[in-house]
Amino acid sequence: MQAAKGKKYHGLKVLFEKEVADFINSKRMLLLILFMIIITISGLYAALSGISDSVEENASFIFLKLFTVSANSIPSYNTFLALLGPFIGLIMGFDAINNERSEGTLNRLVSQPVYRDNIIIGKFLAGCFIIVIMIFASGILIGAVGFLQIGIPPEAEELGRLFVYLCFAIIYIAFWLALSILFSTVCRHAATSALATIAVWLFSAIFVSLLAGIIADAIYPLDNYEGMFNQLNNYNCELNLNRLSPYYLFSEAASTILSPSIRSINAVTVTQLSGALSGYLSLGQSLLLVWPHLTALCALMLIMFAISYVFFMRQEIRAN
Amino acid sequence: MSVQDTLTQSDESIILTKGLTKRYKDTIAVDNLNLKIKKGEVFGLLGPNGAGKTTTTLMLLGLTEPDAGQAFINKIDCTKNSLEVKKQVGYLPDNVGFYPDMTGRENLRFIGKLNGLDGSSLEEQIDRLLNRVGMAKAADKKTQTYSRGMRQRLGIADVLMKNPQVIIMDEPTLGIDPEGIRELMALIRELAEKDGRTLLISSHQLYQIQKVCDRMGIFVKGKLVAHGTLEELGQQINNGGVNTIELSVYPENVKLKNLLDNMEGILELQKQNEYYVIRSGYDIRRKLSKLLMENGYTIMLLRPAGSDLDEIYRQYFEKAGETDAGSKRKKISRA
Repeated sequence: MQAAKGKKYHGLKVLFEKEVADFINSKRMLLLILFMIIITISGLYAALSGISDSVEENASFIFLKLFTVSANSIPSYNTFLALLGPFIGLIMGFDAINNERSEGTLNRLVSQPVYRDNIIIGKFLAGCFIIVIMIFASGILIGAVGFLQIGIPPEAEELGRLFVYLCFAIIYIAFWLALSILFSTVCRHAATSALATIAVWLFSAIFVSLLAGIIADAIYPLDNYEGMFNQLNNYNCELNLNRLSPYYLFSEAASTILSPSIRSINAVTVTQLSGALSGYLSLGQSLLLVWPHLTALCALMLIMFAISYVFFMRQEIRAN
Repeated sequence: MSVQDTLTQSDESIILTKGLTKRYKDTIAVDNLNLKIKKGEVFGLLGPNGAGKTTTTLMLLGLTEPDAGQAFINKIDCTKNSLEVKKQVGYLPDNVGFYPDMTGRENLRFIGKLNGLDGSSLEEQIDRLLNRVGMAKAADKKTQTYSRGMRQRLGIADVLMKNPQVIIMDEPTLGIDPEGIRELMALIRELAEKDGRTLLISSHQLYQIQKVCDRMGIFVKGKLVAHGTLEELGQQINNGGVNTIELSVYPENVKLKNLLDNMEGILELQKQNEYYVIRSGYDIRRKLSKLLMENGYTIMLLRPAGSDLDEIYRQYFEKAGETDAGSKRKKISRA
């Protein structure tokens, strides 16, 4: 009779296509593109105006400097992306489910012969797809324009590092997408879920680092005589607390990937350094350093999505 | 196609529930519901707001899991095999929604694709259905510009996209103008008679529904208190020992009121608009007309009101201890 039965992923494919088409045709896509353009142009501007100073200090891995150099108080592309990337995920996901609910399209959708989870999976995958395109487009654009400007061709390792960095950025933004879909499943109103996501974003970008310092100081006080013994513990404690924030995780991983000169992300004592040769890390070694970050970001993203999945599957579909 | 497949088994009930029960925290939304709906029938599920009508329809679609009992559509278990059920059942929710940024045609296309249609057969189906519901002209406008009636018509086209054997409509007449309702009712009859589809219509708007339904079920507090044709329901009430008549008399004065008040056998006397509504324990028409003649009144109108659905409905609510349908709404709040 109908072809749907044979193809297990037919419904998912249709939903995915519809969501992608929706994103591309929507007004918010213009907003997102504008957002990406601002990030890209200001990152590029910062890099191109600051790169000559930076090259004077250290002339290796110039191509990667395009993404990390800041100038005249304009932050680098990397900083921009870490700070504003969450917004991209937020804009795409904050009304994913509750809008369907309030428009009355959700109960029309769930009465069609598709598995209910395909609806939320389709939304998430479509969002990820858009993120991949946007991030790669902007990263490659910076690389291309930067290459034309500085005239030094990138090495294979630099391209590899750029690729890894962009993948990190995609997972990072996909985490925020999953988080905003989670809030859109839990909250009835789109505005509430948007505010909730913004709250988490502010918390992880600003307050976690403040709190981490306070807590670390409380546990390992730095004053008096004992402070001298607590120094290392205090630092480690603060660092680990900071790493609870996805913002910090991404920033740390991104700067490690983009700067081969970063040899360690934890505190290093003088004794550990004795006998070490100064030099750059290979891409594989850098990856080894940030492997936990990658795992953590992936896990965070999947956990957020899993929670929203469970919520969505358990929710009553009622006509409002 | 699927509609013909089951014409052979026309005698059997296409929708069947056995002891279907659903509880929400402190209330029972649907209580031990046993329902049998035959193929090709238009069945009206009538009841006040919050009686459990929507919950029942959701359980039939497998969108809500029952706490006890089973529901079958076309012998498919609605809970365990809801995907198969959804292929054969079209559901028109109340206040049906469409993607506002897509045109009517695009909305239908999306649903058609979800149901496995594609290519030219999909486009033909869309055109055919748009013509059938009279939406061909507005098909390429965005649905956010549609009126309530247009959305409802598009909703019916949307339901028909999958060529369902069973159509479930939740409050289809809500917020539609009289002309729209007339058209909708004609369409409903057509779907049942011409296409041989089975329709389950849940509503609290009695007058519109009684015109199109073959059979009705009255649903109060999650229980099906009565079911059958309009006549059967009327008889069931009369068997309950209450008789209702409407009376209009000339001249109408205070003496008449006294006369009626003092008459034996009248349980309740009410003045409604032009006439009195009299409820009594037995048929008092003979006695009443004799009495009025003797006192020099002319009877303008005297008719039994028992077969009117409104009356049936009201009486069943009273039987079920339900006098005010509106007060129920707050109790089963779905906030």
